[in-house]
Amino acid sequence: MTNEILAQNANYALASAALVITVAMLCYALYLAQSVPVREQTTADAKVPATVGGGGSEPDAGGVTGDVVAETPARARKAAGIAGSLSWLGAALLLLSCVFRGLAVQRFPLGNLFEFSIAGAFFAMVVYCVATLRRDVRWLGVFVTAFVTLLLMVASTAWYVEADELVPSLKSYWLPIHVTVATLSVGIFVVGAIVSALYLMSDRGVGGERFWRKLPEAKSLEKFSYSLHIIGFPLWTFTLIAGAIWAREAWGSYWNWDPKEVWTFVIWTVYAAYLHARATKNTSRRTANWIAIAGFACIVINYTVVNFYFIGQHSYAQ
Amino acid sequence: MSGTRQDITQPKLGVVGYLRWGWRQLTSMRTALFLLLLLAIGAVPGSVFPQRSLDPARTADWIARHETTGPWLDKLGAFEVYASPWFSAIYLLLFISLIGCIVPRTSVHWKALRSKPPRAPKRLVRLEAHADGEVEGNADEIREAATAVLRRRRFRVASHDELSVSAEKGYLKETGNLVFHTALVTLIIGVAVGHLWGWKADIVVPSGDSFVSTVTRYDTFAPGPLVDESSLSPFAIEVEEMTADFNDREPSAATFGQPRDFEAHVKVVEEDGNAFTDSVKVNHPLEMKGATVFLLGNGYAPVVTVKDEDGEVLYQGATPFLAQDGNYRSTGAIKVGAASPEQFGFLGLFLPTAYIDPDQGPISVFPDTRSPALAMSMYTGELYPDGRPQSVFTLDTASMTKVETTDGKDALRLWLTPGEGATLPDGKGTITFDGVERFAGFSVRHDPGKGLTLWSALAALAGLITTLTIKRRRVFVRLVQEGESVRVDVGGMSKDDDEGLLEIVQEIRDELVGQSRTS
Ligand code: HEM
Repeated sequence: MTNEILAQNANYALASAALVITVAMLCYALYLAQSVPVREQTTADAKVPATVGGGGSEPDAGGVTGDVVAETPARARKAAGIAGSLSWLGAALLLLSCVFRGLAVQRFPLGNLFEFSIAGAFFAMVVYCVATLRRDVRWLGVFVTAFVTLLLMVASTAWYVEADELVPSLKSYWLPIHVTVATLSVGIFVVGAIVSALYLMSDRGVGGERFWRKLPEAKSLEKFSYSLHIIGFPLWTFTLIAGAIWAREAWGSYWNWDPKEVWTFVIWTVYAAYLHARATKNTSRRTANWIAIAGFACIVINYTVVNFYFIGQHSYAQ
Repeated sequence: MSGTRQDITQPKLGVVGYLRWGWRQLTSMRTALFLLLLLAIGAVPGSVFPQRSLDPARTADWIARHETTGPWLDKLGAFEVYASPWFSAIYLLLFISLIGCIVPRTSVHWKALRSKPPRAPKRLVRLEAHADGEVEGNADEIREAATAVLRRRRFRVASHDELSVSAEKGYLKETGNLVFHTALVTLIIGVAVGHLWGWKADIVVPSGDSFVSTVTRYDTFAPGPLVDESSLSPFAIEVEEMTADFNDREPSAATFGQPRDFEAHVKVVEEDGNAFTDSVKVNHPLEMKGATVFLLGNGYAPVVTVKDEDGEVLYQGATPFLAQDGNYRSTGAIKVGAASPEQFGFLGLFLPTAYIDPDQGPISVFPDTRSPALAMSMYTGELYPDGRPQSVFTLDTASMTKVETTDGKDALRLWLTPGEGATLPDGKGTITFDGVERFAGFSVRHDPGKGLTLWSALAALAGLITTLTIKRRRVFVRLVQEGESVRVDVGGMSKDDDEGLLEIVQEIRDELVGQSRTS
């Protein structure tokens, strides 16, 4: 039974989330526009405490971008502060939308592309927000929120489907496990791909040096991207395994080379290649990051082209 | 002169040299990377083109519709990607490379596990992480303190001389990595075992019927190349009742009429005579010794009785019909092989909730049996020309003739509702539609490799998490006695991106400086 009122509420929560995240995006854009390019001076300063003796262990509290902290103008800091709060709020609203939808359809709300997108957007926001707790990644905010805004827009227009029940092969406790972890890892890969892309551009100073100096150095961007990917990859590995277990229960065979399975495997292989490339001495970091971007492109293909055009046992996901 | 000599001797060395070179290339990380990417690309066509093993009908149709490209793609293996020579070549090379990589690395790691951390470099300032300080005391004391501090931090510690300490930790990183790569190999072995010694079979069982798991009883049986067909465990399964639940509560909803649940209530008798009842559902297979029973299909089996003119029963039973759409408009065939002098059969259409649509003709408007009807046309002639096997759901009418109504004006059409009967023309007897049963479509599978595959996958995951989270770190401490005090240099190095290294080095320095101050 589909509860119309709850389904309505899910859509209201979604619309509010989209609005809040859009405002967060604008604030983050303001932050980037106003934060002055200060990297050079501070990186030089930052080296000092490392070798100075005494008990003063002030270990690089900001992580990747520990260097930009002090010189940011007050207005920019304020904008970033507001954006940060709005990001949390946006994530919470997305979660609320998922919960309402789940209650409305009385099943796990991850049964079609629309629902995947909302949950994926939620996880991308959560990944970003959690990252803000551990390091200063305010520079990243505008890119993540822009991506999420875009995703929410496409999802709620082109991919929208009414709240509905599921066919029986989806009724398994492996479904929530498999798709939640899949969506979580996609959320991580989204942020990872954004950072990789920023690295590739920053490394070449695409469109002018000045802008890239507001962001951390190319090298730290690259490391940050790696640290995201090494969380995403085991989760995707788990997705693959849980999917195989589910496939065996539902279809009798753990691996059927169904298009969705093929692409889950392809994505896994490409990200494995990324980790390999990064560990291979004579392969450049740029090449490795291009492979990571290719992995993300495969995710996009998996969720769009494969869902809509390839016939397989997963095609109920339309 | 020597030049020509070399030319003569070179090819001989060359072969071995080339082999060695080839092996080194194959087992290099670059090749592994290349093959991994190739594997990813190679897998893609299998999701673009229909695959024969999954859907032979759609594959044949695709090839027929693409007259020029179809046969070419077929030759290239586009419709059997995962069994094609080139796909096999990619993964075989990858796995040879993998093994060629694991073996030497394992022995290197084994040695590393039993050896001491290396001697400290001369100038620790050059290392990627460095911290220093000064303490009062003598070098021996500090060295012992440093050893204790590092041990407490779970480093493996060694001193190669009086004024330095070497420490290393994170050996588990490489162990995890080797576990991961080895598990990939055993995973593939598990898959191969399943292919070689596994089998799968399908069978359609109407409510009230039963079957014994033997090769001949199954409708289809697909064994792996090394399966001993007489070794099947002959358990018996009786379908006591097959139930289905469809959404009939909200006729306005898009999901109206969609299935909610299917369940086959079964009575099982194992090989040793042990009997029990259970149920088989979608997502809830029945695990038997030597096989697993999955409920993959369901549908209706109209029960009909065909008698000859004298009232002798020629055919009686539930005949499964194959559903054609979501409302179970089902087609099937009733083959009366016992009829003489001429065999006959019926091609039928079963409609659980029958409705004559002005445009589409007879259709079903709901998947449950609200007003069932059975529509049939009749054929006489040879049922199995040349003894060819055929699907249970269709009638091969090639050597049969369609029966006409008694007045010869039209083809005979029967339309029966449960309980109704009809007299067949030309004194062929009667047919009655007694009622409807549901059938369960089971897939029975045996995969002896699945356990190995699953455990390998989990081991790979565990190894992966280990290798990605643990950092391999070396920390060195050098001491220089300067009168009453000792200069302490701490340096750290890591194979990986190690953001925390500096912090650790500083902490160790602090502990040493702080400790010796208080002591
Ligand atoms: C089936 C194909 C393979 C897959 C899916 C795969 C996957 C991976 C992954 C995900 C990593 C990253 C883990 C880490 O950084 O420690 C890795 C690391 C590694 N792989 Fe593979 N691999 C494969 C084949 C190979 C082969 C054939 C070789 C040998 C040439 C190899 C050698 C290595 C090495 C040496 C590392 C460690 C790099 C380091 O951390 O220094 N792998 N592999």
